[in-house]
Amino acid sequence: MKVVIMGCGRLGAQLASLLDSNGHSVTILDTDAYSFRRLPHTFGGTALVGNGLNEEALKKAGIEEADAFVAVTQGDNRNVMASQIAKHIFNVPRVICRIYDPLRQELYSTLGVEAFSPTTIFAQILKEKLES
Amino acid sequence: MYIIIVGGGRLGYYLTKALLNEGHEVVIVEKNPTICQNINDELGTVCIRGDGCETVTLDEIGTARADMLIAVTGDDEDNLVACQVAKHKFNVPRTIARVRNPQNETLFKALGIDVTVNSTNIILENIKEEVPTHPLTHLLTIRDKGLEIVEVKIPPDATTIGKPIKELTLPQGSRLALIIPKDLKPRVPTSDTILRDGDRVIAVTTPESEEALRAVLRGA
Repeated sequence: MKVVIMGCGRLGAQLASLLDSNGHSVTILDTDAYSFRRLPHTFGGTALVGNGLNEEALKKAGIEEADAFVAVTQGDNRNVMASQIAKHIFNVPRVICRIYDPLRQELYSTLGVEAFSPTTIFAQILKEKLES
Repeated sequence: MYIIIVGGGRLGYYLTKALLNEGHEVVIVEKNPTICQNINDELGTVCIRGDGCETVTLDEIGTARADMLIAVTGDDEDNLVACQVAKHKFNVPRTIARVRNPQNETLFKALGIDVTVNSTNIILENIKEEVPTHPLTHLLTIRDKGLEIVEVKIPPDATTIGKPIKELTLPQGSRLALIIPKDLKPRVPTSDTILRDGDRVIAVTTPESEEALRAVLRGA
């Protein structure tokens, strides 16, 4: 599977490295080259400096042939916009997006963006831990 | 009308001032507390401190009864999300987004934003118009018909000077609407109207044939 990841923070870098070691073809985008320090030196994919809101940068990252796009930058709105570009302009078959704000996550899920809110998920996990 | 403005920058500020003067009910949502305070000191309590992309904030200010939401922050992604939340969560009938990056305009349209205003292109057009050699100026876009109204200036070296309009083969879908000569008395062109140096030709055309129209009128 060919995956384009936007945002090389802790989550993006870890996801990239997991997918890469499972044999997938991974391209990871970040606006700051310094973020790529988080990738392990064994990482065999491509790390590209570029803005995932920019169609040219996305094309360079190979979004036209990608099977999946994942948006995990710090900005909810940036993730949402990039996901909609991937879905509606480049017709990427699978688009997943992180949205911290649970209410926005709910809204965009109803609008057809596969969105996850770490806030909701983690609160649920903590609650279960505390109650068990 | 009840109008919500997201973003209290210069654009948001002057827009609010204008809309208040027209007698509308206006609320601005702005993240920055200092900007918020300044606006409230000047215009009365119209600015709410908060994130205009957050459902909670929009709910608090009664977005469900708003007639219009206008997002004019400096970030395209924030403007997009504010409009989408207003439209899909609160059923606001009309959403207007400022777009800074011209390439985002198509996306915003495709995602259901009612009106996009491309501030970069507007400034570019205005500057280009002031460049004397600039051959073609966009005056108006009629989006739902796929048409635009443009102005073409006839330069002194145009090979079409002295020729009647019937000798020009205009591209399909293009019509000449008005000619404003140097003496500034506008006239409606007929097939016998002769083009002169310095004429400004106002024409209706399509984005695809504007280049062809320019070439035909200037004889390039």
